[in-house]
Amino acid sequence: MTTFLPNLFTGLAIGSIYALFALGYTLIFSVLRIINFAHGAMFTAGSYLTYMLMGKTFGGGNYPFAQKKLPIGMPFWVALIGGALLAGAANVLIERFAFRPLRERNSDTLLTLVSSLGISIMIATLIQNLVGADPLPSQEPIAWVRDTPSVKVFGVVVGTARICIFIVAVVVMSGLWYLLNRTKTGKALKAVSEDRTTANLLGISTDKLIVFTFFLCGGIASIAGAMVSTFAGTAGPYFGANFGLIGLAVIIMGGLGDIPGAVLAGFLIGVLQAAIPGWKVPLINWTIGNDWKDAIPFFFLFLVLMVRPNGLLGRAEITKV
Amino acid sequence: MASTTTSEPRIEMPSPLTRFRPRSSVAQFGRSSMAAAVFGFGLFVCMVLPLQPSVRVDMLRVALLALATYLPLMAGQLSLATPGFYLIGGYVAGIFAKQNVLLDKNTGFWRISVGPFSWVSQRELFPYSAFILEMIIAAVIALVLGAALGYLALRLRGIFLALATIAFNQMVAILMLHDPIFAWFGSKGIKTEGAQGIYGLENVDPFLTKAQYMRAYIPLLVVAAFFLYRLERTRTGRALIAIREDELAASATGIHPTYFKVLVFSVGCALAAVTGVITAHQQNAWNPSLGNFELATLVLACVVIGGSRTFAGPIVGAFLLTLLPEALRTLARQFDGSTAQIIEDGRPFVYGLLMVLCCIFFPKGLVPPTVTNRLFGRSTPPTLPPPTLPPPTLPPPTLPPPTLPPSSQTASSQTASPTAAAISSTVESAK
Repeated sequence: MTTFLPNLFTGLAIGSIYALFALGYTLIFSVLRIINFAHGAMFTAGSYLTYMLMGKTFGGGNYPFAQKKLPIGMPFWVALIGGALLAGAANVLIERFAFRPLRERNSDTLLTLVSSLGISIMIATLIQNLVGADPLPSQEPIAWVRDTPSVKVFGVVVGTARICIFIVAVVVMSGLWYLLNRTKTGKALKAVSEDRTTANLLGISTDKLIVFTFFLCGGIASIAGAMVSTFAGTAGPYFGANFGLIGLAVIIMGGLGDIPGAVLAGFLIGVLQAAIPGWKVPLINWTIGNDWKDAIPFFFLFLVLMVRPNGLLGRAEITKV
Repeated sequence: MASTTTSEPRIEMPSPLTRFRPRSSVAQFGRSSMAAAVFGFGLFVCMVLPLQPSVRVDMLRVALLALATYLPLMAGQLSLATPGFYLIGGYVAGIFAKQNVLLDKNTGFWRISVGPFSWVSQRELFPYSAFILEMIIAAVIALVLGAALGYLALRLRGIFLALATIAFNQMVAILMLHDPIFAWFGSKGIKTEGAQGIYGLENVDPFLTKAQYMRAYIPLLVVAAFFLYRLERTRTGRALIAIREDELAASATGIHPTYFKVLVFSVGCALAAVTGVITAHQQNAWNPSLGNFELATLVLACVVIGGSRTFAGPIVGAFLLTLLPEALRTLARQFDGSTAQIIEDGRPFVYGLLMVLCCIFFPKGLVPPTVTNRLFGRSTPPTLPPPTLPPPTLPPPTLPPPTLPPSSQTASSQTASPTAAAISSTVESAK
């Protein structure tokens, strides 16, 4: 019980990033019925864009933008939003050139999947060849985090960076909830996710809505990426791929296309990932080491797929003849 | 029972599988030799290209893995478990070949004893028979594990299955990274050695250099390709195609979808594992990062770009995608300084771009079924001409001519008719 609250707080912080990340997948899945594998690359791209807008210098090497920086540095919050806008615009371009041609040709889902994998390779290579493969250093752009590294919450020492990550994630998720449940656009999105053809017949411009969804998802991925990379640093241009795979585990656990399920599963995986290492398995007397952290999401994904193939909150899908 | 079915013209079973009658055996032989000739010529051309030996080996290796991914895709199951089983195969070879008990330290020769059997190598190299044994062990492990995984995971459809197999790959890689299985048993000699992996694997006897392993890859590829070529034209293959097109309809015609899906999935897993065995010996080392997500991406791209409807597609895709970086490197040598650097660094970019463009402009792959059908005989049902069956000799209709209902029923029909007329009139007016 002594370790429960610290683990819970750690888990909530990382889980909020997973949830935010998985929301992008879920939104695109719910409107297009495809998994966008380029989402992990967008996460990376967002962290690099935010870093660039903050006016920081990239690492060394013989690359066009290595050792260079923008003439003006923006404050962190402005850079965060600017990066999100840029990443959203990039995602719209991706939709235009990699997804829409396939959609217009009425292609197989498999082709869209491979196309998005191709896009993710392109983005990672582009980043690597423009600014080099050096990892981005972690930073302390917020005065509060800089001055007080940790505060006590319910008698538990919690890093302020984690609190910041959690707050930003919750703010973005609340905005998204408002957008989906209280606006006309959200209603249209729900209609499109229910049945695209019918929505189109009812006067909803599905193409515009899909473009908007891609913009939204790029922005969300960028914010998640920027929060992680700013406070914890990154491991180079490919660090989004690992988050991408964990994000897949999250959306499957939550049930594909299920937004509350994805958020719940994100927090759940975060908390499990924080709580399970160090746990002593009773019968075989074996303590699960910290290096098993990466296996936990996939283990639970597998478990959930076996027990509840439609996700934690999912309902059984009815097969129509 | 069997004699009656062969003597009768095949009318008694109007299932989509048996509707397509096989060609005569002579025509079949001609098609087979044609297929073998085309395939052999293609392989020969690829092998005599002025390439680095390692690139040729890579082409063959990726082609085998692409075929392993293509197998479940024949039944419409997108499985990305190939890298996981490739990893398992490599570890089978690594653990088997690194056992100290096998190396006779007095003579320096290898001694392998499994139960009552024992081999002693002729030279100070790993014996070929033990290599075969490793392949068999790896294949059996992969078949059993693949059947178990397939039975669990193939209930999931489409993207769910792909994600479950991605999770499986990650779990295999992490298990091999931390090696708890053998540690629990307190084993001394058996270790997967964590992230650095197993290294110092012996070369197999006849293969002294890395390039000579082509002699192990090529027979396996030829056997696998011929197996798939035949499979596409047998009852089982057509059952798989039927499941791919419409699982529900297939099950309605008497095909057991789960059986065929698990079968083809585990065979694909076994092929990946055997490829892993050869590759572990060829690279003399093995570690968990060899079966990462990028390999799954590459292999899937090979299948989709080459064409996922015939066995030739994945092989062509694998050859092209392995050759592409080399071609770009050759291109980069034509330029100077920074341009060469850009081309050299941008190879993955071109590769990703090719994936996107192929998906858009060649949705059926570079080798669509029409090409292979023309060359090798037909495999895909939808393009077949209508079967030339003898006209069914139905007995003359012996139905009694429709008679007017007796007067007792006319009353009820009269009561029902006004509403029916009213409905039909409203339908007419609605039109």
